[in-house]
Amino acid sequence: MTPAKTAQVEKWQLRLYVNDQSPRSGIALANLKEFCETHLKGRYHIRVIDLRKHPKLAKGDQILAIPTVVRLLPKPVRVLIGNLSDTERALVGLDLRLAGKPE
Amino acid sequence: MKKSVVKRAPPVRQLPKCPTGIQGLDEITGGGLPRGRPTLVCGSAGCGKTLLAAEFLVRGAAMFGEPGVLMSFEETEGELKANVSSLGFDLDGLVRRKKILIDYVHLERSELQESGDYDLEGLFVRLGYAIDSIGAKRVVLDTLEALFACIPNEAILRAELRRLFRWLKDKGVTAVITAERGSGERGREQLTRHGLEEYVSDCVILLDHRVCDQIATRHLRVVKYRGALHGTNEFPFLIGETGISVLPITSLGLNHRISNERIATGIPRLDAMLGGRGFFRGSSILLTGTPGTGKTIVAANFAQAAALRGERVLFFSFEESPNQIVRNMQSIGLRLEPLLAKGLLRFHSARPSLYGLEMHLATMFKEIAAFKPHVVVIDPITSLMDAGTGSESKGMVTRLIDYLKAGQVTSLFTSLTQGGHALQQSEAAMSSLMDSWLLLQDYEGNGERNRVLYVLKARGMAHSNQIREFLISDQGIDLVDAYIGPSGVLTGSARVAQEDLERAAGLASQQEAAQLQRAVERKRAALERQIGGLREDYETEALELRRIAEQVGTQTRLLTTERAASGILRQADAKVVAGPRAARARPGRPRVK
Repeated sequence: MTPAKTAQVEKWQLRLYVNDQSPRSGIALANLKEFCETHLKGRYHIRVIDLRKHPKLAKGDQILAIPTVVRLLPKPVRVLIGNLSDTERALVGLDLRLAGKPE
Repeated sequence: MKKSVVKRAPPVRQLPKCPTGIQGLDEITGGGLPRGRPTLVCGSAGCGKTLLAAEFLVRGAAMFGEPGVLMSFEETEGELKANVSSLGFDLDGLVRRKKILIDYVHLERSELQESGDYDLEGLFVRLGYAIDSIGAKRVVLDTLEALFACIPNEAILRAELRRLFRWLKDKGVTAVITAERGSGERGREQLTRHGLEEYVSDCVILLDHRVCDQIATRHLRVVKYRGALHGTNEFPFLIGETGISVLPITSLGLNHRISNERIATGIPRLDAMLGGRGFFRGSSILLTGTPGTGKTIVAANFAQAAALRGERVLFFSFEESPNQIVRNMQSIGLRLEPLLAKGLLRFHSARPSLYGLEMHLATMFKEIAAFKPHVVVIDPITSLMDAGTGSESKGMVTRLIDYLKAGQVTSLFTSLTQGGHALQQSEAAMSSLMDSWLLLQDYEGNGERNRVLYVLKARGMAHSNQIREFLISDQGIDLVDAYIGPSGVLTGSARVAQEDLERAAGLASQQEAAQLQRAVERKRAALERQIGGLREDYETEALELRRIAEQVGTQTRLLTTERAASGILRQADAKVVAGPRAARARPGRPRVK
């Protein structure tokens, strides 16, 4: 599959919007890191944004829920909300399965 | 917002209100929405929720100096600006001056996946940031229910909404939340599709766009207003050029300036019936009549007279096109064309069924505001009222009259009735709003119909109680005294016949009198002749008597002298009595006496 191929080449760009005060955000970051280590080792970059510190970004990136993971690359953009505790849905939501298969 | 929290602190009996600036709404709610609390505005699609909310913000920013945030879940900033500016709000300018902040929340269910637990802190952060960045006192969330379509977990959403309203109250902002009306079997009980009313419990306003007899009218009702008195009725409202206008009939003021100036009707005899000087300026006149009684003609006369005085006249016609009116009026000698050309007369024609009553009124208000007429003619008001239903039409008409009166505009309404006296009563509802009421009626009889006019009422002036016959000729209108005789009112040819009859009778009695006079004359002449004859007789007799007397005298003298002579001769000494002998000797004529 072509998206998978390109995904192999380019680095995954992920953004995690959190609220540092909320324990949910910590869980989300831990979960996300775990998925990436499993499926995308070395091919990902996660940027964590504390929305409380950067409230402007809530509008710019159209963030409603916290925590939210946005997959900027590879295209298309994907948005996943929640603390990623539902692994199955998280992997489907981010298309990590496909990306991870070749490994 | 902190300020408003402080403001709320002193314990006042009345809840602090936040004026909306929306025409009529503040009157219903007794001053506005509850300050520092959320208000729910619900209604079905297309009934003006977004507009009401937007107007609340815009007026707040422009009139009360309270900046506002509009968070839209449905329309983008550009769309909103376009929609609102079409109603005369300069949203763009307010946004530029940082009085209003529009935040469009883009929601796309298909792009969103969920996994595990989350909250809507992003929305809070976003809204909080927007509020703080311009110091907003007002917030609109339009429509929050869009969240239900994109947040998959309803349990989380509901919990977060509850938290949101709590948070809004804590922020001290006055919020308006719009929501779609719940539909289906539960629609009656449920105000909103997703039951938002259970979170917003301070004030609920229900908007409704109802179609009745194929005519759509918008209504507004304050379902709930915790801790405050409010109008509980359903009030019609309209969306016009200047935004929303709620029409609470009960709050109409009755304190217009009034004028003592009188204006002529264009029909001299009618002026004479109205105390000789016509109607008061700024009064409202109702002209009722059955079909074909000449309502439009009277109205056109009135319009022409006003325009000839140099006043601007706005003629709303709901039955005829302007050209048709001009042509028809030409046939009775009214020349409206030059007045049209001079711009003193303007027609506005529209089919009543073209749009709903509220829209008609909105366009009429707009036309009146633009043209600033001195006189407004509405021909006929009844077809306009057909565009609405029952009481709401009356309310709208009240509003219209009120509007015109406030502007010192003299208004003439024609009203079509279907004949019969009972209908006068059905007009009574509207007539109570009118200052003067003329009635045009048909009298049928002798195989013809004739028009009559009378003044049913004319507030503040002496007016004739007489029925006048109303004649329309190619020279225009004339009013003639109707013949009122023992057999009732006679009009038309019956009146003419009666007049002829009277004239003939008059002539006959005149002739008779002349004849009688001649006879008397003759009698007098005869009598005089007779008297003359008698006097002649008398005189002849008197003459005769004198003559006889003289004769007797002479004879006696003669006799005496004769006797004396013979006595001398006979030496007689006895006295001779001449009288009786003489009388016996000459027997008199037979006496006539």
